[in-house]
Amino acid sequence: MTATLHVRRVLAAGPADLAGHAGRHGPLPWRGGRGLLIPTVEAAGLTGRGGAGFPTARKLAAVAAGRRPVVVGNGAEGEPASGKDLALLTGNPHLVLDGLQLAAEAVGAARGHLYAPAGAVPRLRAALAERPGWDRVPVELVEAPDTFVAGEESAVVARVEGHAALPRDTPRRVVEHGVRGVPTLVQNVETLAHLALLARYGPGWFREQGTADEPGTFLATVSGAVAAPGVYEAPYGVPLGELLGQAAGPTAPLQAVLVGGYHGAWLRPDTALPVSRAGLRPYGASPGAGVLVALPTSACGLVESARIAGYLAGQGAGQCGPCVNGLPRLADTLDRLARRDTDPGLPAEARRLSALVTNRGACHHPDGTARLVLSSLSTFDHEVRLHLAGACTAGRSAR
Amino acid sequence: MKLHIDWTACDGRGLCTELLPELLDRDEWGYPLPRDGNPEPAVPAGLDAPARRAAAQCPRLALRLVP
Repeated sequence: MTATLHVRRVLAAGPADLAGHAGRHGPLPWRGGRGLLIPTVEAAGLTGRGGAGFPTARKLAAVAAGRRPVVVGNGAEGEPASGKDLALLTGNPHLVLDGLQLAAEAVGAARGHLYAPAGAVPRLRAALAERPGWDRVPVELVEAPDTFVAGEESAVVARVEGHAALPRDTPRRVVEHGVRGVPTLVQNVETLAHLALLARYGPGWFREQGTADEPGTFLATVSGAVAAPGVYEAPYGVPLGELLGQAAGPTAPLQAVLVGGYHGAWLRPDTALPVSRAGLRPYGASPGAGVLVALPTSACGLVESARIAGYLAGQGAGQCGPCVNGLPRLADTLDRLARRDTDPGLPAEARRLSALVTNRGACHHPDGTARLVLSSLSTFDHEVRLHLAGACTAGRSAR
Repeated sequence: MKLHIDWTACDGRGLCTELLPELLDRDEWGYPLPRDGNPEPAVPAGLDAPARRAAAQCPRLALRLVP
């Protein structure tokens, strides 16, 4: 594959204790008051790395405008195909913790929470124990359960309050009315790591990577039919082939790549395709939280999509009627198609159910599941026609 | 004014769809289905009164009017 000079910012290697971290990056670049870091973040053009890609400066400003805000670093990663937040939390915890401190200063928060999966907790506890005198606000570690919806913003707020990590109805935005009713910044841990770097090295440095509209780097979790599945860092706009090349390239001819994770979309494996919001928008996709799954031609896209839809239907929180009733029906419809049930009404029924569940829940779990199903029907339309005729390109017998 | 549905509270009793048939259809499980496809359907001025009644009388307190 292409010999690329890989950029390493948040994934930097080396000693991960506080002394090593301080030796590499220097002290925390305090700004001296609420709001003062926000223009720098805006100039850098940092966006959230948790999936939605919202401009971080606007979120910081919204929270900073309220009284007695709190900050929450969100390291929950219930998405089975994603591993980047865990890699970051265990490999470079001090960068995340620095970002949490700087975010707290930027919004005027007196305390912070770090919401992280069980696998990262011992490492984070050790890192926090090194930081008396380095930090200015106390940070409470909150364990995130390993469920798909646990990282959704309102579920994070519920868990930090001591309740189950379930999404909530949010007639008011979390930035205004979050943990115990106070303005709350819930920020993905990778976003915080980028924040800690750009606060030190400046917006100009930050923009040396990525595109003018989508500056910086992002962490990608690459899996499926690649030789070296794992977490890699790349600039926004990186060609798809180059990103797969970082994972040592495909192990077989590919028919599609799932981009954006289980709530994402299937794309044809065009190696020149720029991985950025602008580059993927024409295909109804987005980099999301940087999840890529390579699907070989030997597999059936409908079988794989039905497996994912079935998983997602089982990961609902069980709270909202359209999701509770609609997702199992939707998953079952796709599963029938995957198993070569030749009822010609199946694709239309899957599309109808997708539209029916969209926008009708406390969180976007139904919307994301519908997006995955719709994308599988359009990207694998050839396969759909074959299945309705009782055949399959993968040449395997029905499950 | 818009109608906000708390989907975690709604269990599809259907009172709102009877009071506001212009705004809300029912899906096959009985849950309200905004006819305009919006997560928070806009309430036209003429439907102010039934919208307020629907919000006040929802047995699950799952409806509210938001600006």
